[in-house]
Amino acid sequence: MSADLFTAFAAASVRVATPLALAATGETIAERGGVINLGIEGAMLSGALASAVVAVSAGPEWGIVAGVAGGIVAGAVFAAAVVGARADQIIAGTAITLGFTGITGLLARRVWGTAGAGLSVPTLAPVAVPGLAVIPWIGPAFFNQSLLTYLCYLLIPAAAWLLFRTRFGLELRASGESPVSAAAVGVRVARVRVAGVLIGGAAAGLAGASLVLAQVGTFTERMTAGRGFIAIAIVVLGRWNPFGVAAAALLFGAATALQFLLQATGSTVPYQFFLALPYLLALAVLGVAVGRSRGPAALGRPH
Amino acid sequence: MTALALDAHLPTARSIGRTAGAFVLGLSLLVVFLLAAGFNVTEALAALWNGAFGSWYAFTSVTLVHATPLILLGLAFTLGSRAGAFNIGMEGQFAVGAVAATWLGLELTGVPAILALPAVMAAGALAGALWIAAPVVLRVRFGVTEVISTLLLNFVADAVVSYAVTGPLQEPSRVYPESAPIAASARLPHILPGSRLHLGFVLALVIAGLLWILLRKTTGGFKLRAVGAGPVAARVTGKIATVTVLATALLGSGALAGLGGAMEVSGVSYALYQNLSPGYGFTAIAVALLGAEEPLLVVLAGLLFGALDAGAGVMQRDAGIPAVAVQVVEAVVLLTVVVSGRKRE
Repeated sequence: MSADLFTAFAAASVRVATPLALAATGETIAERGGVINLGIEGAMLSGALASAVVAVSAGPEWGIVAGVAGGIVAGAVFAAAVVGARADQIIAGTAITLGFTGITGLLARRVWGTAGAGLSVPTLAPVAVPGLAVIPWIGPAFFNQSLLTYLCYLLIPAAAWLLFRTRFGLELRASGESPVSAAAVGVRVARVRVAGVLIGGAAAGLAGASLVLAQVGTFTERMTAGRGFIAIAIVVLGRWNPFGVAAAALLFGAATALQFLLQATGSTVPYQFFLALPYLLALAVLGVAVGRSRGPAALGRPH
Repeated sequence: MTALALDAHLPTARSIGRTAGAFVLGLSLLVVFLLAAGFNVTEALAALWNGAFGSWYAFTSVTLVHATPLILLGLAFTLGSRAGAFNIGMEGQFAVGAVAATWLGLELTGVPAILALPAVMAAGALAGALWIAAPVVLRVRFGVTEVISTLLLNFVADAVVSYAVTGPLQEPSRVYPESAPIAASARLPHILPGSRLHLGFVLALVIAGLLWILLRKTTGGFKLRAVGAGPVAARVTGKIATVTVLATALLGSGALAGLGGAMEVSGVSYALYQNLSPGYGFTAIAVALLGAEEPLLVVLAGLLFGALDAGAGVMQRDAGIPAVAVQVVEAVVLLTVVVSGRKRE
């Protein structure tokens, strides 16, 4: 493999991994608090639509902000259902994803008509980091990306700091391991869990924004295509640790980018195999990863 | 929570009323969203009604035809869920069931229907069961939740269909991404004159009745509900082999979803296409929960959502409202049901 080809492959891996890492980092925080949110697929769509709409009129930077807001809205509905009303998390999450698929499809039609958003959405161009972008092989891949990828680099250690170095993180993890004990020592479990879910929603919205502004360049109905669900698998693979999650997201980015690489080298393997590869990989690693690690003990249980 | 006994409840007026109530609430919220988004609501609702009930043809050939896979997949979800496992991968099992049925249906030219039809149905069911086999193994051997594994396999199934219709099962001229029509004898017959309603609808009703008997009148069904209600208690005090019961229920769930795919090919499309299901596998979760995971109520819920799906097609065509909007109704129904804690009576 030539250096050019490798660089292109690595750059595509990082670009594809960015929304996955963002969504999965947020979901890690929610899950550490004991809440699994299958609705992050819907939160990503909500963020994607909001960012596309706002980016058209106010520019891509405001699109990022709108994406976060869109994700928080979806997270808030989910939090109200599972923390407020103690609803089953799996079903409520499925409902959020279905609902926001419908709402975003409806609103996209309203805003852009049958023609869709097309190429009217302004995007975030890659910005080379002086000094780092010229590192041979990996420099252009990691340091010639959009603003959102750099934001992701900052959010991963920030999430780890939040989880393992702050009082909130301690309370969150206690709520995820044993909500009853946590409540007994004065942790307001419901409030902490809501915060975790909202952070997860915000991150998923940011992931949606990055999909629109830095990867696809437009909004289309159902454009997340299961990335939210992959992010949930990535959380398991990354063992509920932001750094592990980042590595797992990169692995999935690479598995997805593999199809570009093989197309470039003229492979005869049907392209559908590469479409399926990230999902098959997720399934295989779940078997290996779950056997050796353990999620938050109270994950999925209402308190 | 159901009292665990081998008794035989039939749906009551109250449970039917609650099912209809949650559905109406979902529909009302869709109207609110449509109003808020500035769509013409009168036009939308008229189109929705006409598409679902506007004529005998619309009712039998669209509403009931759409209700068939929804009932079947709603029963599939019910079977897993009553044993305590969520099969979120029905969309994928439906797809591979359709692939298997198409493959066999293409091979069976000249074979009499009495042999060809059961073979095609069995192929679909088997494919669906095989598709969920890996998640079952992952769950019972490695403790991986079936929620994520079944969900991920939906996307793999999409790739399988895409490969099939552009590769081994593509029509002979190799122009369109679809299969050739299956053998005439492998097609489910229509059951009403002047209507496209096929035998699969009757089969779905029969399966609902059988599942009701299984859950309510047999020891196996009692064990299944016991495992769903509390696996530890079932194992310790009931001496029930929880793993076997759970695995069987999930495999059965996959088989029913695969059968749904086979019926869609054999009764409706007669060929394999991409995106054969407009999301039946997810709508069916709402169907199952709206039907309180009681097979006979699931039939009613399937009919309601079948009507909604049928109406959505016309709403998209006549009122310019994307059909995906009905997922708002599904979401509201799901949330209403889980929030009100009425997962089971």
